[in-house]
Amino acid sequence: MSSSSVVRAKVGKAKRNPSSSRVPYGLWGVVGIVVFLGIWELLPITGIVKAAYLPPASEVLGTLFMDFTLTAFWVAVGETLLAWFLGLAMAVLLALVVGLIIGMSSFLRRATNSTIEFLRPIPSVALIPLAVLLFGTKIESSLMLIVYACFWQVLIQVLYGVADVDNVAMQTARSYGFSRVQQIRDVIFPTMLPYLMTGIRLGAAVALILAITAELIIGSPGLGKEIQLAQSGGAIAGMYALIVATGLLGVAINACMRVVEKRALSWHASVRGENVA
Amino acid sequence: MKTLKSLAFVLVLPVLLVLWWAVATLGGASFFVPTPVDLVSTFVQTWVGERMFTDVLPSIQRLVFGVLGAIVLGVMLGLIVGMNRTARAITEPVFEFFRALPPPVLIPVLMLLVGINDGMKIAVIISGAIWPVLLNTIEGVRAIDPVQNETSRSYGISGFSRIRYQVLPSATPTIMAGVRQCLSIGLILMVISEMFASSSGLGFAIVQFQRSFAVPEMWSGIVVLGLIGVIMSFIFQWIERRVLRWYNGLKEVENAV
Amino acid sequence: MLSSQNGTTGGRTLPEGEALLSVRGLKKVYRTDGGDIEAVRDLTFDLGHGELVCLVGPSGSGKTTLLKCIAGLLGATSGEVLLDGQKVTGPPKKMAVVFQEYGRSLFPWLRVADNVELPLKNAGVPKAERKKLVDEALEAVGLSHVPKSYPWQLSGGMQQRVAIARAVAYQPEVLLMDEPFAAVDAQTRADLEDLIRNVWKKLGVTVLFVTHDIDESIYLGQRVIILSSSPTVVQEDIIIDLPAERDQLETRSLPRFTELRHHVYAEIQKAKQGHRPEEAKTKFLTNPK
Repeated sequence: MSSSSVVRAKVGKAKRNPSSSRVPYGLWGVVGIVVFLGIWELLPITGIVKAAYLPPASEVLGTLFMDFTLTAFWVAVGETLLAWFLGLAMAVLLALVVGLIIGMSSFLRRATNSTIEFLRPIPSVALIPLAVLLFGTKIESSLMLIVYACFWQVLIQVLYGVADVDNVAMQTARSYGFSRVQQIRDVIFPTMLPYLMTGIRLGAAVALILAITAELIIGSPGLGKEIQLAQSGGAIAGMYALIVATGLLGVAINACMRVVEKRALSWHASVRGENVA
Repeated sequence: MKTLKSLAFVLVLPVLLVLWWAVATLGGASFFVPTPVDLVSTFVQTWVGERMFTDVLPSIQRLVFGVLGAIVLGVMLGLIVGMNRTARAITEPVFEFFRALPPPVLIPVLMLLVGINDGMKIAVIISGAIWPVLLNTIEGVRAIDPVQNETSRSYGISGFSRIRYQVLPSATPTIMAGVRQCLSIGLILMVISEMFASSSGLGFAIVQFQRSFAVPEMWSGIVVLGLIGVIMSFIFQWIERRVLRWYNGLKEVENAV
Repeated sequence: MLSSQNGTTGGRTLPEGEALLSVRGLKKVYRTDGGDIEAVRDLTFDLGHGELVCLVGPSGSGKTTLLKCIAGLLGATSGEVLLDGQKVTGPPKKMAVVFQEYGRSLFPWLRVADNVELPLKNAGVPKAERKKLVDEALEAVGLSHVPKSYPWQLSGGMQQRVAIARAVAYQPEVLLMDEPFAAVDAQTRADLEDLIRNVWKKLGVTVLFVTHDIDESIYLGQRVIILSSSPTVVQEDIIIDLPAERDQLETRSLPRFTELRHHVYAEIQKAKQGHRPEEAKTKFLTNPK
């Protein structure tokens, strides 16, 4: 595509399909949202689905906006976010330390491989009964589940990252007498950073799922618990409103994580660039 | 000699951990932690026998149906949406919302809409596990190499043929990544839907044990869940290795360069 | 070849009904954010049955655009392409394309033989005949020994041979090649050039070969169409009167080869500087000065 790409590059983005791209991509997205809300509004109103089981979108969104004015709502959001953050942070720290230790020793890597591959697929929710026994409905229950699940996510990525380190670079560092800490800081960490960011991003999503799950099932403080209360109390529109709020929280977290990842990696790229130069 | 060495590496840490556990509980089982022997015997007592058929197998069956349903629906819908730029644009925000929504939150919703029965549990699994497959299929189809597409067009490969011979194989690596996530979400949902809204099944049984403080039984249930997770993971890896043999070979060659 | 050069602009055309491939007044305008880009202004030329014609031009001369319009992969803004008298509106059945990016054009999940077989399978050709065509094609390109390999296990040159075999097995009337040897090393390129000439002679297929390599265009072609810079028109359409038996060493050291090369090079330099055929009309016919 050498010829046409040179021509196009001079002037700007060339649109290959005039028909579908007169309307900007984002606008179609808005159409999608509107259509979805429209269907949600119509299903209960026309009686296709019982309004008692699925209140119309307008009612749910109205309840949601009301919630935004209530302190109790934001307290619940805060509780969920607290569990999410603490759990994720602990998991990341633990996984980083364990991952570096294991990753830097080929003996340890081989010795722990089977155990990791066995423990990793164990669903964190299997620990729910244990958490209830140990911590009841306190936030520690949430944390136990979150840390267990996120730890494996991040650990795997850290191990990939350490494995990706250039052998030549490591040998060079050692021959120059770098201490362990220096080796980690200057050789291993830069290579591992993108993987770590991926792990954190994946862990962030998992942490939210488990936080909500713990709150829903166990009753530890947070949005999930409020959802369960609304459901058992028959406040159906309120329950749906909280569910939408949870989804929005998830979207916000995903978006934040993407930004964080991009920032960390651009810093990483610029730092690496300087090092190479 | 080499296989013996590999075997040693596989076993050394687990054996050490079990020994440590046995030693730690030598003085007698604590309330929270049974001795290894206790656990094994409880495991056999509880699960080998009738409960296997009343609780475990139906749970697994629901899981399998749910996951297969999620995969089939996710791939089909993903193909349709992925191949059409306008469809992608329209559905993207709504799908992203549902992907960000923690799946367990849909359990109360589905309880209302579908009632508490097997169908509901399978619906719960599908409703949560479909998103990684769907979104990964869309991405896999969207990111297909334009040169590949032009090749198909120039040789008159279109429609179902094109999907079968070009689009689907090309998107398979991305789809498989989505399937892996789908499996773990499916397992989570299976357990939770039974803990939350059921009177039978694996999740329900474990919660019952916990509520009645039958701690060794509870642990044995956790072990069963763990085994299911591990077996599923191995089956998936085996399938992935075979389906993606060409892709793994390709990556090896690329990385060697 | 009884074709005449078409006035001051345009390549050689044949009398009505004799051409296999006709390009008439082809024009392609791209719509972009910054305005319209006229990539190709007016291209007119014919290919007779069994001809091997090379298209050569400076970067940005719309070579790939032109090829994609002819192949039916891209719609022209105006003008038309006729294959056997039929207007080309989409990829025609009797045409096969060999792309420059062989690594991305061959399907990595299929083995070599399956890659070659796929267009035939899709066209509904019965199994026995498919096998015969595939075996013959692989033999024609010298790859009978690797049918079970995957493309990514082969070298670049071998991969491009697979792509050529795939095109050949398809039994097209016209073979379009879009700078197929640009991404291959020089020695492999020489082998592949000879391969193309052999395949062309053996099968009697009509070939339109796009390249940026001047030497290659003269070595391969019976005719070389030189394109101007964008917006593209035919700068010149010259006949290569080298002997029909070509050899990498012998032919390239002929004085006539050097003259032709000199001429084409000069024309392309002029084209790069923006000279248009209306201004610099140098009809270089069959006899040297």
